[in-house]
Amino acid sequence: MADIIIDMEKCILCGKCIINCPFSAIEKFDDYIVLGENCKACGQCREVCPVEAIGMEENKKETLDKNEWRDILVYIEYHHNRVHPISYQLIGKAYELGVSIGYDVYGIVVGKNTELSKEQLKNYPLKKVFLYETEEYFKSDLYEEILSSCIGSIKPSVVLIGGTLEGRSLAPRAAIEFKTGLTADCTELILGENTDLVQIRPAFGGNIMAQIVTPDTRPQLATVRYNVMKPIEPSLDHEVEFILDDEIGHKASSKLTILDTIPTPKIKGIQEQETLVVAGKGVKRKEDLAMLEELANLLGGELASTRGLVEKGWMTSDRQIGLSGQSVRPKLLITCGVSGSVQFMAGIGGAENIIAINSDIDARIFSIAHYPILGDLYEIIPELIGMIEEKGKAI
Amino acid sequence: MMKIAVCIKQVPAYSDGMMDPKTGVMLRDGLESILNVYDLPAIETALKIKEEVGADVHIFTMGPSKASAVIREAYSMGADRGYLISDKSFSGADVLATSYALTQGMKLVEDYDLILCGKQTTDGDTAQVSGAIAKWLKIPHVNWVTKIVGIEKDSITVSQMMEEEIVTLKIPYPCLLSVEPSIFIPRLPSLKLKIGSKKKKIEVLSLVDMEDKEEGNYGLAGSPTKVERIFPVHRTEQQKIIEKDSREAAKYILEVIENINK
Repeated sequence: MADIIIDMEKCILCGKCIINCPFSAIEKFDDYIVLGENCKACGQCREVCPVEAIGMEENKKETLDKNEWRDILVYIEYHHNRVHPISYQLIGKAYELGVSIGYDVYGIVVGKNTELSKEQLKNYPLKKVFLYETEEYFKSDLYEEILSSCIGSIKPSVVLIGGTLEGRSLAPRAAIEFKTGLTADCTELILGENTDLVQIRPAFGGNIMAQIVTPDTRPQLATVRYNVMKPIEPSLDHEVEFILDDEIGHKASSKLTILDTIPTPKIKGIQEQETLVVAGKGVKRKEDLAMLEELANLLGGELASTRGLVEKGWMTSDRQIGLSGQSVRPKLLITCGVSGSVQFMAGIGGAENIIAINSDIDARIFSIAHYPILGDLYEIIPELIGMIEEKGKAI
Repeated sequence: MMKIAVCIKQVPAYSDGMMDPKTGVMLRDGLESILNVYDLPAIETALKIKEEVGADVHIFTMGPSKASAVIREAYSMGADRGYLISDKSFSGADVLATSYALTQGMKLVEDYDLILCGKQTTDGDTAQVSGAIAKWLKIPHVNWVTKIVGIEKDSITVSQMMEEEIVTLKIPYPCLLSVEPSIFIPRLPSLKLKIGSKKKKIEVLSLVDMEDKEEGNYGLAGSPTKVERIFPVHRTEQQKIIEKDSREAAKYILEVIENINK
């Protein structure tokens, strides 16, 4: 940490630092510029000062007062007047963490027509939700400036952000703003009594999990992929206070200019399916995927795959399950010849029922499958397809 | 002439890497290492821009001395210069410390107009370092870039894949882009360049070269996140493995499915 020092000999009281401070920490009193306790020593004021009157003094000894940082802030993603479903999953987790240690949960919504989010959020366990009205489309620098300003004013101990395209573009900028830790794609979060967030994520795409903490800095930033946590249901017991801020979002600036936006056709992706059949390395030839596709169709679901088959070019990456692909929460997941690497299993934690077919008794997938079946998929699947078709005829 | 930096990484060839159980630091010894596949399209993007408008393409990587292999690979594709950021005190870095060291290294060489990164690495899978570099340098960044639409004198226009739309953005230099694999098919190394790459110099930047020489700001010491422990995947109570002949197994699966869909 460092302290900002203002040399009043040089200062010409132009007020540029006051306008540019992202934390509204600078004020003018008579002929003096005064730094408030909101100062994060970010140095923004130094950059805009025309007379180099602002300096920085390293203050290494300063230890963090963790009690200054409390509660949990959830970044609520909001596109086209709709709260992204990841947000209800993050709110659910934040609420659970908050209850364990007596923290409140706050929300932040950034975008256009943020007032329309009130109706969607009003029955969730959020103490306050800050609505920042700004440009409609995500710009990493603009949205981060707003998020950081909110973090600076409420000083949350924990900030949860969705591991979405938007969230993963936003989170690292905010982490660097506060020179703090960011743990991406957590699959489990626990809040310790010492207020350290225990963050668990698969490590190195391999067969291990890492337990990570951010002991000496605040806030503690974590992202969670869509469908990894369970969403919380709304309840009439909750009453949210909404605070609309029309100023910060319009004052914040971006270097990006959006020239055009083309909506991508909304296809029901594997993330929204109730039934998924997953092809793994046990599938020997590309043609054999047709058999699994047929099974998926018969069950009214979709075919997905592991990373290996995408790398071979047999499947497209939008069908890939796992940490480097998508997380899913289907009612029924049937894996065929999937061994079960940690990076894959991180994507299926939310599946309600897992049937795993594998010919290797030591396959890791068996350790989490609800219905582990030892056998050859090339024998079992055709039999199964035959039986389902038979049934179909009978009905 | 435009100055482009491409940040790349050497990763284990197998995704099942090993970690030191005590420190949580990645053990790279004894594992075959390759260039992160997502970095190839980033290198290709730089070379395409070079062909189009002329540019100096510099490669940056952080890692042990053997990581220079990935710079040679980039040389054999056509990169101009390469810098290996390497020091004992740089190891064990998380998002903050990794992006800081890369930023410090780049600052020593040039003020780059454009910095390119791959979508993510295959060992960390986080896709977080690119945005962090941009923030350290106080420049704008765009992730998930699928297309270069236009290269102007003082800005670049790109298409970005977001969840509900493709966004076309104009970004002034200096800026950072992280590109999707679909942006360009990476070229194969040219034999001529490959032979030449062996003789080409790779400059090593270590702690003593950096503007900030405070060891505590790098590597494990400079990382706010600490790996407390590592452990194998939590095993839920393992269900009894069903072993039946194919017909019986299929029958069993059908029953299970019917029960679930009731």
